[in-house]
Amino acid sequence: MSAAAAPGEEPLITLRGYSFQYRAQAEPTLHDIDLEVRRGEKVAIVGASGSGKSTLLRALNGMIPHHHRGTATGTVRVGGRDPAEVPLVETARVVGTVLQDSNSQFVGLSVAEDIAFSLENQQVPTARMPGRIARAARLAGIEDHLEDSPHDLSGGQKQRVAVAGVLVDEVEVLLLDEPLANLDPAAGRAMVELLDALHREEGTTVLIVEHRLEDVLHRDVDRIVLLAEGRIVADAPPGEILASGLLERHGIRPPLHVAALRRAGAPVTADQHPSRAADIELTDGQVEAVRDWVASTPPAAADGPTAADGPAVPGALPPALEVEDLRVEIPVGPERSTVALDGIDARVRAGEMLGVLGSNGAGKSTLARVVCGFERATDGRVRIGGADADGWSLAERGERIGFVLQEPSQMLSQPHVLDEIALGLRARGLPEEEIARRSEEVLEVCGLRPFRTWPLSALSHGQRKRVTIAAVLALEPEVLLLDEPTAGQDLAHYSEFMEFLRGVHRAGTTVVLITHDMHLALEYTDRVLVLSGGHLLADEHPAAVLTDPELSARADLVTTGLFDLARRCGIADPQQLVRCVIAADRREREEAR
Amino acid sequence: MSSPVLGYVDRAGPLHRLSGVSKLALALGVVIGAMIGFDVRYLAAVSLLSLVLWSLSRVRVRDLAVVLWLVAIFATLNNIGIFLFAPGYGTELFGTRHVLLDGPWRWNVTAEQLFYQLAVSLKYLAVLPSVLLFVATTRPPEFASSLARIGVPYRIAYAVSLALRYIPDVQREFRTISQAQQARGLDTSRAASLTARVRNLASVLMPLLLGTFDRIESVSAAMELRGFGRGRRRTWLVRTPLRAPDLVLIALAAVLVALPIVLLGVNDGRFWNPFD
Repeated sequence: MSAAAAPGEEPLITLRGYSFQYRAQAEPTLHDIDLEVRRGEKVAIVGASGSGKSTLLRALNGMIPHHHRGTATGTVRVGGRDPAEVPLVETARVVGTVLQDSNSQFVGLSVAEDIAFSLENQQVPTARMPGRIARAARLAGIEDHLEDSPHDLSGGQKQRVAVAGVLVDEVEVLLLDEPLANLDPAAGRAMVELLDALHREEGTTVLIVEHRLEDVLHRDVDRIVLLAEGRIVADAPPGEILASGLLERHGIRPPLHVAALRRAGAPVTADQHPSRAADIELTDGQVEAVRDWVASTPPAAADGPTAADGPAVPGALPPALEVEDLRVEIPVGPERSTVALDGIDARVRAGEMLGVLGSNGAGKSTLARVVCGFERATDGRVRIGGADADGWSLAERGERIGFVLQEPSQMLSQPHVLDEIALGLRARGLPEEEIARRSEEVLEVCGLRPFRTWPLSALSHGQRKRVTIAAVLALEPEVLLLDEPTAGQDLAHYSEFMEFLRGVHRAGTTVVLITHDMHLALEYTDRVLVLSGGHLLADEHPAAVLTDPELSARADLVTTGLFDLARRCGIADPQQLVRCVIAADRREREEAR
Repeated sequence: MSSPVLGYVDRAGPLHRLSGVSKLALALGVVIGAMIGFDVRYLAAVSLLSLVLWSLSRVRVRDLAVVLWLVAIFATLNNIGIFLFAPGYGTELFGTRHVLLDGPWRWNVTAEQLFYQLAVSLKYLAVLPSVLLFVATTRPPEFASSLARIGVPYRIAYAVSLALRYIPDVQREFRTISQAQQARGLDTSRAASLTARVRNLASVLMPLLLGTFDRIESVSAAMELRGFGRGRRRTWLVRTPLRAPDLVLIALAAVLVALPIVLLGVNDGRFWNPFD
């Protein structure tokens, strides 16, 4: 596949015995890294949070040492030169970096201007720019939007602009820092396809740093480099890595079909091209094993995930939350507005764990914001616990519905964990002993007791997220509403966090999860509302949504590899396989605890 | 979403299509002209021009209602103040005294005083619409490239441009954070006591500030990776060419500055005296 790499040629990127320690840190972040990338290769660098992925990326693009200081040992060569010895721009000419947050990378007034940014800085004459911009835009598939301004673009389109902005310099290597983190699955796959086209047609060397491996493997890569605790633990073709079982051990979710085959007792081997469920060379033995596994799993064990867990008998209580014929128009300028939601009818039963699914821009967050009073409904009704919430203040709604924003930094304002939890309680004028009691309780539930006196700045992202949930739970709401609760978290943090939420749910809180992650919905909810373009497309069991390709496509959701695997094994109802895998996952987690 | 008090009004009109440079020139022309000139005929003409431009612009009074109210209140207070503290200033200026209304003590209303205060009020009317129109009809980034065009260093122009670009983002972020805190019971509305409001506002501003620092950090990293600030100069992809209407506007600006200077000589002073 790396056809462009002649055997004797000098590698484009070489690291030998490279270690790096940030100035502010006690321990090195990278240890003894040996890595070679040849011209024309496509490499995925995967690893759990804190494994040193981002640091490795900074060592390659020159941000270390030009932007981040510390102590480095060993050698780095990028395009034959040491990034530390040459100005940052020199390295940037070989390695084009696309940062994670494509929003903050956008510096131009329009797409064309943003792509031109680097040319302007190099003082390329204005007359010579349009040709180069047009070429870069065409390569990145954004040529139809040259005159658009950033707020007219979707997340995926912004990312394409960022790619065009580095391609305009005719870089040899494209380095992408978690390019899929802020994209919904459909946009993510489109991005992976774009990178593949660049790699195949232009011979661009591509390095993707990601932990969403299944999405990356939507198109072939030459190698996967697996990082753990600052060291490279594996560097091999994808087949070998998938067959090795190393991914699970180091906190990376393998593609679902690979996990399913392992559970069925017929793990994949390196030579059967296991990257994708659609074209893996399945053996008869594997097909047999999967069919037997599904057939032998008693329906009860493979039943819907939370049906048996719910704390209360549904139907006995009034619905925790109802929306009737909801319509929301959001003003986008003087006398102009867009319809964000239209004709939404839905209810959430008390004690339920429900998912709201849809791609970015489908109206999921708007629905949550209207329920919480952040946004006003143009028409229709919101009922909380059976009562019409019209005219309720934010604080009144907040007492019944706890809304946890995606970004914990938007909610945390106090220096210490305990202060943060007590903030809302003090504002409601509760007596100190009650505040103390509730704080202790939520600290326990959220597993934050060891950190009770810690400064918030010392906590990790996942822990900060827990603090926001603790602060909201302390107000004892009936419904907990979470916006993309696991965005950007690796498998270990994801599982730990979701199990914690299940605990909260079991303790009696109704939970509503807003997500574009199909698998999260499958694993943790037994009913989902599917939104698309502001309309409610479905109100069903998640497995029914996942295995309905027409519905998934309309909602811009992505069916996982399990669907293809079930089809190829001749299993009539793909939902059965999905339920088996989830039940097996759950058993394994419970045994581990 | 609540619209900003003062900012770009996104409703395409003839003024929106003009280059930022020419609009900046016109606004500066009007400001400088009105600063020099005190000739009521000149000020009335400029006021009329400003009002005509406003009616052409498709910017509505409602879009900028808050600013207009503030200025109207300020102008009224200013007028009352002038009359209270210097009711005889008009007579001093024009050398004649036509009493229209006998008031208590020294507060007699004279034609000269009214005429002087008319000139002061016309200054507001002349300057205000054109400055507001410039802001309301120029996209923030063009606003900044206009600065670069008239000789401001590109780093500063870019800083201004980015700051303006991110104002809507920061406003949105502020709103979200503030709502999330209100949902937890932290009231920042008028219902709460002043001390509680200040304290609660602080718990909105902290996250906002930290978030803004993060944003600056990542923008600067992105810009650095793309070679910003490397050379002492840079080229620009977009230089909105100056078309005929723009040139007319710039010429008009020059006339507006030149006219009061000429009038200084003609009137033999800053004021035109109709009482001679």
